[in-house]
Amino acid sequence: MNWRLWIPLFAFAAFLGLAAYQLTQPKDEFVESRMVGESLPYFELPPAMAGVDGIGSADFADGQPRLLNIWASWCLPCIAEAPHLENLKRQGADIVGVAIRDRPEDVARFLAQHGNPYSRIGRDDLSEVQLAIGSSGVPETFVIDGQGVIRYQHIGDVRASDVPVLLAELEKAR
Amino acid sequence: MTRALAFAAALVVALPVAAQQTMPPAPFAYRQLENPAQEQAAQELMETLRCLKCQSQSIADSDAPMAGDMRHQVRTRIAAGESPDQIRDWLTKRYGDYVSYKPTVSTTTWPLFAIPLLLVLLAGAILLRRFGRRK
Amino acid sequence: MIAELGLAALWLAAALAALQMAAGFLTLRDGADGALAGLIRPAAIVQGVLVTLSFAMLVWLFAVTDLSVKLVASNSHSMKPLVFKLSGTWGNHEGSMLLWVMVMGLAGALIALVERRLPERTMNATLAAQGVVSLGFYAFLLLSSNPFERLPVPAAEGMGLNPLLQDIGLAFHPPTLYLGYVGLSVAFSFAVGALLTRQVTPDFARAMRPWVLGAWVLLTIGITAGSYWAYYELGWGGWWFWDPVENASLMPWLAATALLHSASVLASRDALRTWTIMLGVVAFSMSMVGTFLVRSGILTSVHAFAVDPERGTFILVLLGIFIGGALLLFALRANTISEGERFALASREGALVFNNVMLSAILAIVLLGTLYPLLTEAFDVRVSVGPPYFNPVGAIFTIPMLVVMAVGPLLRWRQDRIDRIGKEIALFAALVLAALILTSLLADIALLPLLGLALGVGLAVASLMPLRGRKLARTPLATWGMVTAHFGIAVALIGMASESAFTSERLAAVEEGGSTSVGPWTVVLQGVEPVAGPNWTAIQGRVSASYDGDDPVVLTPQSRNFWAPPQQTTESALVTRWNGQLYAVVGDRSPDGRWQLRLWWKPFVTLIWYGGLLIALGGVLALVGRVLSDLRHRRLAARIADRRADREALA
Repeated sequence: MNWRLWIPLFAFAAFLGLAAYQLTQPKDEFVESRMVGESLPYFELPPAMAGVDGIGSADFADGQPRLLNIWASWCLPCIAEAPHLENLKRQGADIVGVAIRDRPEDVARFLAQHGNPYSRIGRDDLSEVQLAIGSSGVPETFVIDGQGVIRYQHIGDVRASDVPVLLAELEKAR
Repeated sequence: MTRALAFAAALVVALPVAAQQTMPPAPFAYRQLENPAQEQAAQELMETLRCLKCQSQSIADSDAPMAGDMRHQVRTRIAAGESPDQIRDWLTKRYGDYVSYKPTVSTTTWPLFAIPLLLVLLAGAILLRRFGRRK
Repeated sequence: MIAELGLAALWLAAALAALQMAAGFLTLRDGADGALAGLIRPAAIVQGVLVTLSFAMLVWLFAVTDLSVKLVASNSHSMKPLVFKLSGTWGNHEGSMLLWVMVMGLAGALIALVERRLPERTMNATLAAQGVVSLGFYAFLLLSSNPFERLPVPAAEGMGLNPLLQDIGLAFHPPTLYLGYVGLSVAFSFAVGALLTRQVTPDFARAMRPWVLGAWVLLTIGITAGSYWAYYELGWGGWWFWDPVENASLMPWLAATALLHSASVLASRDALRTWTIMLGVVAFSMSMVGTFLVRSGILTSVHAFAVDPERGTFILVLLGIFIGGALLLFALRANTISEGERFALASREGALVFNNVMLSAILAIVLLGTLYPLLTEAFDVRVSVGPPYFNPVGAIFTIPMLVVMAVGPLLRWRQDRIDRIGKEIALFAALVLAALILTSLLADIALLPLLGLALGVGLAVASLMPLRGRKLARTPLATWGMVTAHFGIAVALIGMASESAFTSERLAAVEEGGSTSVGPWTVVLQGVEPVAGPNWTAIQGRVSASYDGDDPVVLTPQSRNFWAPPQQTTESALVTRWNGQLYAVVGDRSPDGRWQLRLWWKPFVTLIWYGGLLIALGGVLALVGRVLSDLRHRRLAARIADRRADREALA
């Protein structure tokens, strides 16, 4: 009887420890993709607006590593990351865009307002590519190597501090 | 005519305030499958898949566009003949166990099953001890 | 001015709580004739009055939308309807925390005012414990969540209340819920007081029981109200999702239910002393853990309050002190509480021990499932635990518990024979089996709803059996209470199983004038028009629904757009019949001009909440019955004492 009386206290102490530890951890709601390290699944997307090329998974296997940027004109943080994407493009990164659930005119308007860092933009009306590569929100940026394998995932908008990181990952993927 | 105008006015007020998407929902986001057995299988599966953009809801209970897209995937795949388990695997391959509410025994979830078992044994032990020797 | 008054009242109340605590502990040490002994009860009462005053000030500030107060500016809006302005007082972290401490203060004041059955020493210890816990939460409120904080410059307009909360449910659900689980603090203080003074007796249980009953009734109502609110508000017809915050309200309820039964055994048979004390501590501990989980932000929930790890840390420290302290006291003192009367397995006590064990197991599972994602996140793994886990695993313990609940009340105290109630057991088994076979033959439903239906039917009859052979007019109210509450559980169970098994859903794209069907209903979308409310605009569908060819009923589901804050909500429309509810939601318009209609026909779903109300009613009957019989006993005892005094005077 004696030692059993101490069980509730110890169970509570365990909970206390767990909770205290978790309180110190930054709370991130991100769901990471499990496809990092896997090849891009097959897909083909039509162009997101007139005057750009659509994209397919085959376009990634040409030996050149690229950034795949998941974005949309209705996504507010995408406005914030537009200058940093321009920066990446200026430093030699090839950025391919996938516009999620966007009308061509909205895509055109956004790019006219904030610049177009993309070499190609695909149109993903049903979030199919987004689901296929394990992305769970916009914006997200993936590093794809020359063989079409996903090497790195950056969740959220690209900030100034993320630019060198992404460039380094692109180098690694070479 | 005036009704349509009033309605349009209401829409104009409503739209810019929310930076919402303008594209319609996916075809099968809000449309059931023709075959009732398939729709039932799809519904059961959707109730056990988590909406990734919501706080704590299944895709069957959410109006988020991404949840709608996931429902579209589930329904079209079931209609194409895939089994619910195959579809679940497809999703967990991309998002991990987080996307599925269905309890599976694995290296990360075994305590969830071991502990209830322990509780059954514990309950039995308490009751036996209480009543076993004195009758 | 009002805000400063409210703040001052709060500080004073906190000071009185400190006095209550100090006086209580000092009298424990020095004896009842200590200097401060006479101050304890008055301190508790005045504290209750002051904190209520403080809360009233906050309600006033919300009622007049005083935008110089930060809380009002961030959570209210001048164009909100008055009822939502008022209930918006507790629709945020600081306000609901003030509600929390107000209920604590009022509970303490009420015990101090009314409770005379406990020995004075235990009473002082109890009030001291209540003072300690109150002080902790006052500190939390005053130091880290001040509801009366002013803005340097008054805001031009408020940020508004989350549209999902702008509903009459907000007026009912939080207050009853808080009255319930903060009311359990009384049980906690009683348990700690009893541990401190080693006075665990039937009298103690008889004193504690009405307080537990009262809190439990309110908690039952609060959970039932919350479930119904979520059902009609969220637009998908779900009524329970095992969301962490929902679980946070269920866990105290499970503990309180077990405590209720345990205290009854202690009161009438002087057994289960350790169980009762343990459950008294656990019930309010679960309330506090729930508050922590909801306000610290460590768990993802659709219900989440303003999340803040700093506040979470504060509450965690409070938890460590209070729960850790109480559990430590329990571990040190519990074995000096001698065991109490013995009883056989086949006895009412035996059935109630089984009930205790099962409820505690269910509580442990809900706790495990709720906290498990937290545990795995510490290892960087994210899992989701939801209904597919809780339902079957909970059923492992719920089903045996329900079986014993059917026959337990028929057993005699201390020692009985199973074959004495053989006929009743056979009747129950026959009913369950018949229901099982019939249902599985007539319909194709899953195992859990099937078992739920069958057990519900059997239990409904079994719960009435204690009334058999009694003169109904002379049956004690407390027995009626038990019968009603158990019957309520059966009713709720049938509702849950029926909803799960027999719901039909129809998602249809319908043009104006077009029709569709769901279950036995034919539904016509007559038209869609825009409407406007005080702080929203909406599109409203006019839907006429006819059940099996009857006269059509018109429903008006809406899709509302609020602008402060900008959010869209769906307002479902319901048609309630005796055998279920039609649930209609209107969605967006597709490019081809058709409107999206979501329809559900949910047979017998309302039984879930009627059952919940029946359970609460049972509790009320039991409470009134006990209070009345206690008053009668006291009057009788007083009369006997008077007569004895007279006889001695004459002699």
